Amino acid sequence: MNIVVCAKQVPDTETRIKIAGDKKSIETADINWILNPYDEFAVEEALQIKEKLGAGKVTILSLGPERSVSAIRSALAMGADDAILIKTSDEYHDSLSTAKALAEVLKDMEFDLLLFGKQAVDDDNLQVGPMVAELLGLPCVTSIIELDLQDGKAVARREIEGGAEVVKTQMPAVFTADKGLNEPRYPALRGIMMAKKKTIDEKEVAIDDSRISIVNIEYPPSRKAGKIVGEGADAVPELVKLLRDEAKAI
Amino acid sequence: MSKPVFVITEQREGTFRKVTYEIVSEARRIADKLGSEVVALVPGNAVSEIAQELGQYGADKILVAENDILAHYITDAYRKVALEAIKQVDPDVILIAATAQGKDLAPRIAAGLGVALATDCTGLEVDDGKIKARRPMYANKILADHAFESSPQIASLRPNIFPAQESDAGKSASVETLDISLSDDDLKAKLKELVAGAAGKVDLTEADIIVSGGRGMKSPENYKILEDLADVVGGVVGASRAAVDAGWRPHAEQVGQTGKVVSPQLYIACGISGSIQHLAGMSSSKCIVAINKDPEAPIFEKADYGIVGDLFEVVPRLTEELKKVVDK
Ligand SMILES: Cc1cc2nc3c(=O)[nH]c(=O)nc-3n(C[C@H](O)[C@H](O)[C@H](O)COP(=O)(O)OP(=O)(O)OC[C@H]3O[C@@H](n4cnc5c(N)ncnc54)[C@H](O)[C@@H]3O)c2cc1C
Ligand SMILES: Nc1ncnc2c1ncn2[C@@H]1O[C@H](COP(=O)(O)O)[C@@H](O)[C@H]1O
Repeated sequence: MNIVVCAKQVPDTETRIKIAGDKKSIETADINWILNPYDEFAVEEALQIKEKLGAGKVTILSLGPERSVSAIRSALAMGADDAILIKTSDEYHDSLSTAKALAEVLKDMEFDLLLFGKQAVDDDNLQVGPMVAELLGLPCVTSIIELDLQDGKAVARREIEGGAEVVKTQMPAVFTADKGLNEPRYPALRGIMMAKKKTIDEKEVAIDDSRISIVNIEYPPSRKAGKIVGEGADAVPELVKLLRDEAKAI
Repeated sequence: MSKPVFVITEQREGTFRKVTYEIVSEARRIADKLGSEVVALVPGNAVSEIAQELGQYGADKILVAENDILAHYITDAYRKVALEAIKQVDPDVILIAATAQGKDLAPRIAAGLGVALATDCTGLEVDDGKIKARRPMYANKILADHAFESSPQIASLRPNIFPAQESDAGKSASVETLDISLSDDDLKAKLKELVAGAAGKVDLTEADIIVSGGRGMKSPENYKILEDLADVVGGVVGASRAAVDAGWRPHAEQVGQTGKVVSPQLYIACGISGSIQHLAGMSSSKCIVAINKDPEAPIFEKADYGIVGDLFEVVPRLTEELKKVVDK
């Protein structure tokens, strides 16, 4: 079983995002970069499948600037076998250009499963996985919280509003991982040491110009300073009054 | 006349989802600015009855795509129908809900057409005949305005943000049937089972009132007091990741960066500290109430109203007081 996991480097979720002088991009100088949290679920799932079958290979595919190597190493430290980096400039590439470049490399690779995170927590686009599926003509189930392989088919469960869907698909297939799929492992020291020795294959791919651009960025309106209504249960009648008369929320 | 604004609607078992009215209404607003018409696609298996209703929200023309395979959402079938409809309608703008269905379908359509998509938008404007799409990025830490360099311009819209207009019984739309050929062979992936949640339960993303509990709830049993409060005001229960990871509440109820992004009228946070990842999911709520025993808890910086105190005393009292108001 060959599994490819597409993974992206993103700012740590604790990062305070600062808007750059051009008001179109963010300042990247002080950012602590990590492997996208949803991609950790995808890597973990790939490793669990490989371990269960006792055979196979897990390859990480990432597109990004040189610094992406550290996110790739995190995935390798978890236990992935090898990795490919499509090296780009640090500028913004939209989802379709990213998907096209990934598909360009993927079309020459052999795999049974292609895993993505549901979303990259920088652009929050939720696009690249299903776009790659569309470009490669593969079936795709997004935002999955369970994955079972049986008789050459895959059965995945995804949550929808007020319920869940269980989808059975041919393979090879594309899946995007949601929280709930598994608990990503922490890399062991041995894994971290081994990851340093694994080579990362670098590829050059022509990348399309973006078809969408950011023209302006701002901070969300700050909520006006709230009020502490009071202490303990005695403050409740006043709260109810405010909710009804001032906020008109009930 | 400019090319149409095209809406892909969402229904379940012959009833439109609330978000469909929101999106048709927004499509009308945009179309009026562009001087174009609104065409709505209604895919399903028995939907011709309800389709006409969208006229009352501002659709000019409705395309009904009926087939047993479309009874419930399944990617391969819906994408085929949507792409066929788009070919016929030739729109300049495509709007779709940023729901489980829309988030799955929209990128397929965009890639199929070779155009860009703006996901989970919270604002749309028309600027010089083109769409400017505003959407949160970096977990709501910034808002970014996007301009399209491809057409059709596709945007998925966050539920509960765009107001649905009052339905106007005096307005109607022309209804046409979309000719489609669909067979099981079109489906590389098939729906094996549909698991329905608790009947009649509103999803967090569509709820007007959410009562949310965190680690301060201490045990799964204690959520009873939040359910009681939610029942009184017609709300639903949410949770922080700490509560979900402890196994107290299902993942579907998690609010935050790795859970759901919600925008209710009222969000009541009980025993939730207000971590940056939790705020990412609920800071666009219209009114936030925090109940926390720690006056230094960061949630108070984001809350419109706060009570410092023990939630096990405050919440039951709140339920009592609200009962008096609601019963009136
Ligand atoms: C990548 C990543 C993604 C994440 N995604 C999410 C996410 O989607 N959603 C999310 O919620 N978190 C998320 N987190 C976790 C987040 O960082 C916090 O750990 C979490 O939100 C804390 O939950 P909490 O507020 O319930 O618990 P705590 O931070 O422990 O707060 C509990 C609060 O309860 C109060 N309390 C205790 N007892 C009482 C009482 N009797 N009465 C009143 N108040 C009381 C305390 O004063 C405290 O403020 C994520 C973290 C990471 C790293
Ligand atoms: N530059 C990239 N390199 C590799 N994978 C990516 C890249 N961008 C996005 N992805 C994958 O696509 C998923 C969704 O990303 P997005 O559509 O940007 O929210 C991510 O979780 C990754 O699995």
